[in-house]
Amino acid sequence: MATPILDVQNLRVRFETHHGIVRAVDGVSFHLHEGETLGLVGESGSGKSVTNLALMGLVPQPPGVIEADRLTYQGRDLLTLSDRELRRLRGNEISMIFQDPMTSLNPLLTIGRQLTEVLEVHKKLGRREARRLSAEGLDDVGIPEPQKRLDQYPHELSGGMRQRVMIAMGLLCKPKILLADEPTTALDVTIQAQILELMRRLQESHGTAIVLVTHDLGVVAGMSDRVNVMYAGKLVETAEAGPLFEEPRHPYTKGLLGSVPRLTGDPDAELDSIPGAPPDLAALPPGCSFAPRCGFQVARCTEDIPTLFELPTVQSERRSACFEHARLGPTLIADTRGRLNGLDGNPDGDPNEGTPA
Amino acid sequence: MSTPMLEVTDLHKHFPIGTKGLLGKPARWLHAVDGVSFSLERGETLGLVGESGCGKSTTARAIIGLYPPTSGSVKFEGQEISHLTRSERAPFRRRIQMIFQDPYASLDPRQTVASILAEPLKIHRLAKPRERKLRAMQLLDAVGLNPRHIHRFPHEFSGGQRQRIGVARALSLEPDLIICDEPVSALDVSIQAQVVNLLEELQERFGLSYLFIAHDLAVVRHICDRVAVMYLGKVVEIAERDELFGNPQHPYTKALMSAVPHPDPRVERTRERIVLEGDVPSPLDPPSGCRFHPRCIERHKVAGDLCSTVEPQLDTRSACHLTATATAAASI
Repeated sequence: MATPILDVQNLRVRFETHHGIVRAVDGVSFHLHEGETLGLVGESGSGKSVTNLALMGLVPQPPGVIEADRLTYQGRDLLTLSDRELRRLRGNEISMIFQDPMTSLNPLLTIGRQLTEVLEVHKKLGRREARRLSAEGLDDVGIPEPQKRLDQYPHELSGGMRQRVMIAMGLLCKPKILLADEPTTALDVTIQAQILELMRRLQESHGTAIVLVTHDLGVVAGMSDRVNVMYAGKLVETAEAGPLFEEPRHPYTKGLLGSVPRLTGDPDAELDSIPGAPPDLAALPPGCSFAPRCGFQVARCTEDIPTLFELPTVQSERRSACFEHARLGPTLIADTRGRLNGLDGNPDGDPNEGTPA
Repeated sequence: MSTPMLEVTDLHKHFPIGTKGLLGKPARWLHAVDGVSFSLERGETLGLVGESGCGKSTTARAIIGLYPPTSGSVKFEGQEISHLTRSERAPFRRRIQMIFQDPYASLDPRQTVASILAEPLKIHRLAKPRERKLRAMQLLDAVGLNPRHIHRFPHEFSGGQRQRIGVARALSLEPDLIICDEPVSALDVSIQAQVVNLLEELQERFGLSYLFIAHDLAVVRHICDRVAVMYLGKVVEIAERDELFGNPQHPYTKALMSAVPHPDPRVERTRERIVLEGDVPSPLDPPSGCRFHPRCIERHKVAGDLCSTVEPQLDTRSACHLTATATAAASI
């Protein structure tokens, strides 16, 4: 198998706040291959954006502390690089698209100035050449009259247009990795469809690997090869997109998929909401962070913290951080009862019965 | 047929932009809502969908009286309410309530939940001070929050819980109609489902009518009986839910539905997408003829320059020259 372009092992990001230590990312591991799209899904506060920021070295330290067993980009350790070396990578080989184009573009500089700067700094191009490539970049992302746009300021463009400028900027140096943080969340669906189409096309032509952070399961389904699901700073499930959506093996993933209203299926069926709310990261419950909201809870869930278990599958690698992952699988339903009972010592084997006395 | 709960006819709301001359006349007018008509029956949920700037929220605000409409009529149970004075409007205000999008901005951070929920009762003099607290507790219970939390402040609640408080406040006056302006779009999916289920349960329990404004078509399909699709200040299609989603007529409706990503990789990888070109034009300077024509992919099916010169009227279902010719051809 090819060596991954990005290798992340046991990434931890914590913030030391007045309310205590917040472990925003707590032991996340994954790798990314060339041309691959990795979806990073989870709700607000699950740590998905902080993961992305940490990869780019953009977590302010202090109050943040980034640690990892391994964090390498093409074999280079990102944690030991100097600021100067990191700057050389950022926007050049690894670039980022942020959610809100209104606050991520500088309102005082023209679009042209902001785009050419990237090329002048990273590619050491002259003004004229940089301007020509910037116009090309705008044209690539489907912005009409790119020459005219270069002399305009961000406020003169619509939201969809600004987001496209952000994407053009992210792709100017033909990066190896694009970290896209909710790139379409602020946009209307028809514009979102345009932007996603564009990202697919650009990935095909440039072979860029994409880490796509989003809470929109529909966007993830259409874009990702693999999906990482995060909850309260931890990776709870990782799998290829197809199997994950077809047969989630973590109760949280299952709950998320059940909560999404769809354009197909019975519109009058009640949505399976997840009870309760995500926990406070500064005061996590003991054991599994999802246990208080989980319908599959057994005694062990509130005592031990589950690690990512490798699941036996015929397809590629698949992991779930749930003691009861077997109960979510389809093939095992018939014979798991006995095995599970032996495993967790719950004689009833019924999750809704609660913990045995 | 009985009188509808709410009947909106040819509603217009125009905003002045800039001024010119000594008398400070507006230089231009922004036509945010430009001739919107629909009706809503008792117990029914009508969805109002469209992208940002299509005028759906302005329509809601014009109905409830937060903006005085420029022209047109809004009838509540047959009575005209669009040009009433403040005091004349009071009894209607009690019966039409609103739930807002942002649960962080729509609750006063300095009031306790008890006082937030009691305030409408106080204003409308509906309960004695002692009864108000009891009523507030009942409301909290109705929306699935702990009644013992009435002395807490909004910041002590999560986003989803705050939205429940917003719902409880809207319920406090026992309204007949609730206008929900993007009530779940600021919430995480798992919480969104809780609030959608709550709204449905309350509708059944109290016989409420909803005007449900949203940009998320999947949520709308879940909660609405009928749906109106808006584009640049106009309704372009209106139909029963299953009709609209099963057999969309207007090219914009089709494109809008096609743009919604399905949370299913197999569907997403194979389905055909309609990707519209360009952005929604500025409502300050709407295109001539059909407002959708510059982005419409079915325009070539209409002969001549009809689409760019003549504005199509909303028949019973859709405002499109294409569907109009189809209907006309079918009736011959």
